[in-house]
Amino acid sequence: MFSLPVTMLHAPDGFVSVPIAIAMWAITAVVVGYAVMRTNRQLDERAVPLLGVMAAFIFAAQMFNFPVGPGMSGHLLGGVLAAVLLGPWAATLVMTAVVGVQALVFQDGGLLILGANIFNMGAVGTLGGYAVYRAVAALLGGERRGRLPAAAVAAWISVVGGALAITLQLAASGVVPLGLALPAMVGAHALIGIGEAAITVAAIAFIGGTRADLLRLRETGAVPAGADR
Amino acid sequence: MTTTTDRGRFRVPWIIVALGIIAALVVAASIWASADPDGLERVAQDIGFLDVAEDSPFVLIADYVFPGLDGPLATIVAGLIGVAIVFVVVWLLGRVLVRRRSTSGD
Repeated sequence: MFSLPVTMLHAPDGFVSVPIAIAMWAITAVVVGYAVMRTNRQLDERAVPLLGVMAAFIFAAQMFNFPVGPGMSGHLLGGVLAAVLLGPWAATLVMTAVVGVQALVFQDGGLLILGANIFNMGAVGTLGGYAVYRAVAALLGGERRGRLPAAAVAAWISVVGGALAITLQLAASGVVPLGLALPAMVGAHALIGIGEAAITVAAIAFIGGTRADLLRLRETGAVPAGADR
Repeated sequence: MTTTTDRGRFRVPWIIVALGIIAALVVAASIWASADPDGLERVAQDIGFLDVAEDSPFVLIADYVFPGLDGPLATIVAGLIGVAIVFVVVWLLGRVLVRRRSTSGD
């Protein structure tokens, strides 16, 4: 039988209960609303094209499922990559747009569960992953020296963290027992996270080698940086 | 945006280069992406909760296959449309956020 290369990437409706879906929509609305506010307060016109390019890249890269062991694939999420370049708030908007278009135009990921998908694949990486990135980079003596290892660690954690989040939502919805789903989901995504880390590091290294100025958007205030400033 | 022309020397704007790389990535993904289920779908199969998935109430370009086309071409067209849509949506959003700030006096 002919099977198509790109099919379902994101959780469809039915995977979480209506109350959980609504609760996740509420959380996501607050997060995205705050991200809009922060980005509105501080976004340099010159950074706008890069936001678009980053969204386009993440959309394309998410289509490229890479093999992870027998009978399983993984794909980039991209939240940490976006946040390292664009800061957590603009990155949250980029991820929201990507996951939103995937649901609305490509029927990849349900509409009711979209709030959860934006949170799990967007905010977990752009906010949680970014916090990890900053912490690890600080431990390694600053972003200039620790950028790539910090991005690798954050990218891996963002995938496992996102998997943990959807697993908790599945279990809270009564779709699957937590004890059954948790080891399977975390185990699978611990492997997929290695791919996320590799792609994230490769992309940042490539940008650093060709357009190093794009790595300083946060420093120069072209995009809003973390809550620490 | 940079449309840099160093007095006579023409440089391709970086944004065109970037979008070219992204388009190449869509083509590569449409041909070489693994057809195996991703982590979530595989776990859902193994544990047996994939059947709780509900169909979308409407369909535009489902499964990254552009209607009426076959094979990798259907996915290439679908993917390029997706790239164009997210790029334009995010660009416009960025423009709106920049402009709103400057008109509100900052």
